[in-house]
Amino acid sequence: MGDIIINAKKLTKTYIRGTEKINAVDNIDFTVRQGDFTAVMGPSGSGKTTLLDTLGCLDTITSGQLTVSGTDVSQMSENRLVRVRRENFGFIFQQFLLVPSLTVLENIALPLYFLGRSADNRLTGEMLEKVGLTGRKNHLPRELSGGECQRAAIARALITSPKVLFADEPTGNLDTQKSQEMFSMFDRLNKQDGLTILVATHNPELGRQAKNIINIRDGRIIEN
Amino acid sequence: MKILKIAYRNLMHKPVRSILTIGGVSMAVAVVVCLIGFDAGYRQSLKQDIDKMGYQLLVTAKGCPYEAATMMLQGGGGLRYMPQEIYKKIITDPRVDVVTPQLVHSIFDPNDSEGRGSVTLFMGVDDSFRKLKPWVQFKNGGWFSSSDANEVIMGYEVAELEQRVAGDKIFITGVDKVFTVAGVFERTGTQDDGLTFMPLQTAQKIFSLENKLTGIGIKLKHIETITAFEEDLYNEPSIQVISMAQVKGTILNLVSSVRVMTTAIAAIAVFIAVIGVINTILMAVFERTKEIGVMKALGATKYQIFKIIWTETTIICLGGAVGGAILAFLCSSLVGFFLKTILPYSPSGNIVIISTLSLAATGAAVLIVGSIVGIYPAYKAASIRPIEAIRQGD
Repeated sequence: MGDIIINAKKLTKTYIRGTEKINAVDNIDFTVRQGDFTAVMGPSGSGKTTLLDTLGCLDTITSGQLTVSGTDVSQMSENRLVRVRRENFGFIFQQFLLVPSLTVLENIALPLYFLGRSADNRLTGEMLEKVGLTGRKNHLPRELSGGECQRAAIARALITSPKVLFADEPTGNLDTQKSQEMFSMFDRLNKQDGLTILVATHNPELGRQAKNIINIRDGRIIEN
Repeated sequence: MKILKIAYRNLMHKPVRSILTIGGVSMAVAVVVCLIGFDAGYRQSLKQDIDKMGYQLLVTAKGCPYEAATMMLQGGGGLRYMPQEIYKKIITDPRVDVVTPQLVHSIFDPNDSEGRGSVTLFMGVDDSFRKLKPWVQFKNGGWFSSSDANEVIMGYEVAELEQRVAGDKIFITGVDKVFTVAGVFERTGTQDDGLTFMPLQTAQKIFSLENKLTGIGIKLKHIETITAFEEDLYNEPSIQVISMAQVKGTILNLVSSVRVMTTAIAAIAVFIAVIGVINTILMAVFERTKEIGVMKALGATKYQIFKIIWTETTIICLGGAVGGAILAFLCSSLVGFFLKTILPYSPSGNIVIISTLSLAATGAAVLIVGSIVGIYPAYKAASIRPIEAIRQGD
């Protein structure tokens, strides 16, 4: 078993809609270890995305305790969470969310700029090769297909060598073949590079390709 | 990758909007630069015009000083006359260096200018005119052959307009006499370019204004005696004395209302440009909320986001400053022409002078204002919470 990277105890995230309180994540205990490839599954509105957002420090928690690499981040301000994110995590999203004014190469190098590092041609070249976009590096996102955009997003997420890759419905905008290719890539990254992956999906066929599956309903883990 | 590159690429992602905003700032900058240029140019041109007159004091018949001031500079009609004895009295004063008598007369020719009619301005002068304005050169020909010759010397523009050279004969309507063109002056850049000169005695005779003058230009030996000299002349009941400093002040007062108007226009232009910049950047921030959220998810700090958005504002303002400077250079003559049409009096020459200092000062002011107005949209962007931005519209 790998080292613990993320440890959540009684993790709760509550939203208030008018007078109603909604526990999107409800009292969850969960651990992410080095080398895990975990699929978070469940129907729409079950709390998959909120769980990933809170574990990935994109959102604050309402109660409970959350540690990342041994550091308690439960009460951290957004300014400090930024540092935790950029030193530990990479993210990919359903809508790819590439910066439309930047080329593929510039999008991939963007996290390096935020880390205060200059663009490393060797590293970006390796990333482009890894995701098969070497020939498309000077193209703008609007000139790419959905699959290519998502591969560029993966390269961007991996450029800083994160400890955990969070993927929220990464195949939501892709066809079956491209979705399968995406999961094959995750599998390869996990097995060959030892990358820890946490992926939210409602597609059972894809989810089954992960090492671990957790099922979530109404913000609670019902099966692990 | 540098912050400047990211900001530039972001702006160029919506090129039309960015260019229109830069255009708005450019217009405002150009208006401000031209206004500053007008203030400086008008004063300079007026000073040049007055200096080129060669005298420090002008004596005219009693009347409205404003009328006298503009008459003196424009050689207009409807003039008042004073007896020539005044001239004879002034010339004996030991404090004076040069005294030049002038008789201005206008003749309207209804058949000129393709039937629309035109006014020709004549000025009777004597030899002292040359002493007072030694810099005036002849393009061709020379001075009058005698003090009562039927000869004229044409100002540069009049000669160009009528295609005259020395030796030509001209017929003067109204007095029904033929005159010989003795000479044509080189361009002086003053109202003299639009006048036709003739010997003072001849002018007094043909216009039936014997022993009459419209003005006497006086240059003193020592400028420090001017106040005492003026006071002495105030005792003369039929004349008034106008110093060039007074003329300058009077004319600047006349144009001050125009300056207030143009300043108000410039202020409105700047205000609209500032609102335009804020609007453009805020729209860009609003449209790119998700993008900014992703940048934060990827590790961008508040300060880094602030810098990107603030740099975009600065680029717009910098582009506007450069564009405005170019526009001001290109349009200064046009603005000068427009202002001349609405001003009560405008001196000859360029009344809008664009200086490097005014460009630098306006450019710096635009950048400072841009930097300040850029704070709000940049702060808004920096304050975006990543999760809310990313999930927006989901």
